[in-house]
Amino acid sequence: MVDNKQQWKAWLYLSPAIVLLLVFTVWPIFNTVRMSLLENYSGLKAAGGAVFEFGIGNFQKVVEYKRFKECLTNTVLLCVLTVPISTLLALLIAVTLNSIKPLQKLLQTIFFLPYVTNSIAIGMVFAAMFNIIGLRPDGVTADTWGIINNVIQFFGGKPVNWVNQGSQYWANMTVMVVYIVWNALPFKILVLLGGLQSINKQYYDAAKVDGTSRKRVFTRITVPLLSPMLAYVIITGFIGGFKEYSSIVGIFGETMGPPDAAGRLNTMVGFIYDALSTNSQGRASAAALILFAIILAVTLFNNMVIKKHTHY
Amino acid sequence: MDNNVMHAKDLQQTSFNQKIIKFGVKFLAYLFLCTMALIVLFPFYWMIISSLKSLAEYRLNVPTFWPKKIIWYNYVEAFNAANLGKLFVNTMIVGVASTLLSLVITVLSAFAFARLEFKGRDTMFTLLLATMMIPGELFTITNYTTVTQLNWMNTYTVLIVPFLVSVFYIFLLRQNFLQIPNELYLAAKVDGTSDLKYLWKVMVPLALPTLISITILKMMGAWNSYMWPRLVANDEAHRLITNGLRNAFTTTTGDVNYPVQMAAVALVSAPLFLVFIFLRKYIMAGVSRSGIKG
Repeated sequence: MVDNKQQWKAWLYLSPAIVLLLVFTVWPIFNTVRMSLLENYSGLKAAGGAVFEFGIGNFQKVVEYKRFKECLTNTVLLCVLTVPISTLLALLIAVTLNSIKPLQKLLQTIFFLPYVTNSIAIGMVFAAMFNIIGLRPDGVTADTWGIINNVIQFFGGKPVNWVNQGSQYWANMTVMVVYIVWNALPFKILVLLGGLQSINKQYYDAAKVDGTSRKRVFTRITVPLLSPMLAYVIITGFIGGFKEYSSIVGIFGETMGPPDAAGRLNTMVGFIYDALSTNSQGRASAAALILFAIILAVTLFNNMVIKKHTHY
Repeated sequence: MDNNVMHAKDLQQTSFNQKIIKFGVKFLAYLFLCTMALIVLFPFYWMIISSLKSLAEYRLNVPTFWPKKIIWYNYVEAFNAANLGKLFVNTMIVGVASTLLSLVITVLSAFAFARLEFKGRDTMFTLLLATMMIPGELFTITNYTTVTQLNWMNTYTVLIVPFLVSVFYIFLLRQNFLQIPNELYLAAKVDGTSDLKYLWKVMVPLALPTLISITILKMMGAWNSYMWPRLVANDEAHRLITNGLRNAFTTTTGDVNYPVQMAAVALVSAPLFLVFIFLRKYIMAGVSRSGIKG
């Protein structure tokens, strides 16, 4: 009796969540697979009563698109560049932060600050810092080089056209890497510092008694005991990296590139939205499933590598 | 005798050297951390001082690191140019409504998963967790069609309803509920307390820190959401803050009135910083377990 009543109650409590999940999560999963397998599926045409043939043409076309290859290259490049840099930097900061006492809390708060920002808004600040100020659309008269170039000149370097008309691809990418790393640091530092603080002090005391060198303590105690946290930040870093989009909108706007090379920095997610905005839901679905497959593969691969090297 | 003295001197020398090394290491540690902290803070500093400069001063060949003359009017201009008042109101409506509804749904679901026994509970929970791996864009494609068919385009509903259920929040709260001893529940049952009353009087207060974390992350989510609002509600009446900012200042490079643009960015960032200053503990606790923004 009681059991039956509990059953009934449980489903009642779950009902709002279940209804919403069915409509906005479960149905989309099936529908995405369905649309991706209907040739040239378009929501607009479907509403007009068009019938679509079954086939894998969407996947073939998406993969053949030059744009798609560019988006994939950009996304992979950003991941491969930003995840190692931000992870190493975060590790270095967290370990150093863990070794000091005065000012630790204050510095920890400062390092977390970039997390509570709007990635579009602060992207606009980075764009301003890298911009050549007052450069007219014709690209002729500039007032000044902008703060980052001023700093470069101060140290005797040559100013670079980072984001403006006529800028090079590698310069654009550098700006993106700097911004994404800046944005990714807070979360990684937070997790790694939390991990460091939970390592049992006895290991370090034992190492001290044995007179173990600093370097050895780091590679033989700190890194192994921190490995679950490192694994966590690397995996979430890759997942986030493959979904990169709004940070590019923040810096370059919806053109996704400098004014004379629109779309040059577009990513996988951007490709999906572009397909959606032209009502090519079939292509968009195919691209989304490819993105999902990539994320799944990278996560599984990371898990495999990490299992080999992680000590729990 | 002589030997012994030498030895003591040597020892003194080494301990002195060790002290120097220790001091040097500490010094380098602080030097590194402070340099990194300055790099991290620089964009914020640049945003604020740029927002207070006149356009002429901003364009000086040798940049000034503190405005010669503080121009507060940039903020007025930014507020009007981006119609920030309306955007703030819209974002608050969507943020508050979606947070409240989301909390109710999350609490009820987490309670069912943590305390009630029903057929298929564990299977269903595992399936729910599995959906967390799927990138959100995959849902967006279909949801866009769904909300069009429901005639929800350009309403508050379309900004609130599709994201009310967060599997991650349910998971987080369920873990928290599981830590509350079952004996309390059974005792309440014996006393004839209803489930809802027990949930409200015992479980919710005990899980308050988690609920606060969820609230903040959800509000931040509304504040920072960009893609979905742009697709489904980009009209004047319902536009949210991030889109409004991006729309009002479409160009970020070239010949731009940066002081006003930076003032707008500062205005949009300010509420986030205020929340951070007062509720830092909850944000950091929530974030370290989630790895997601909003």
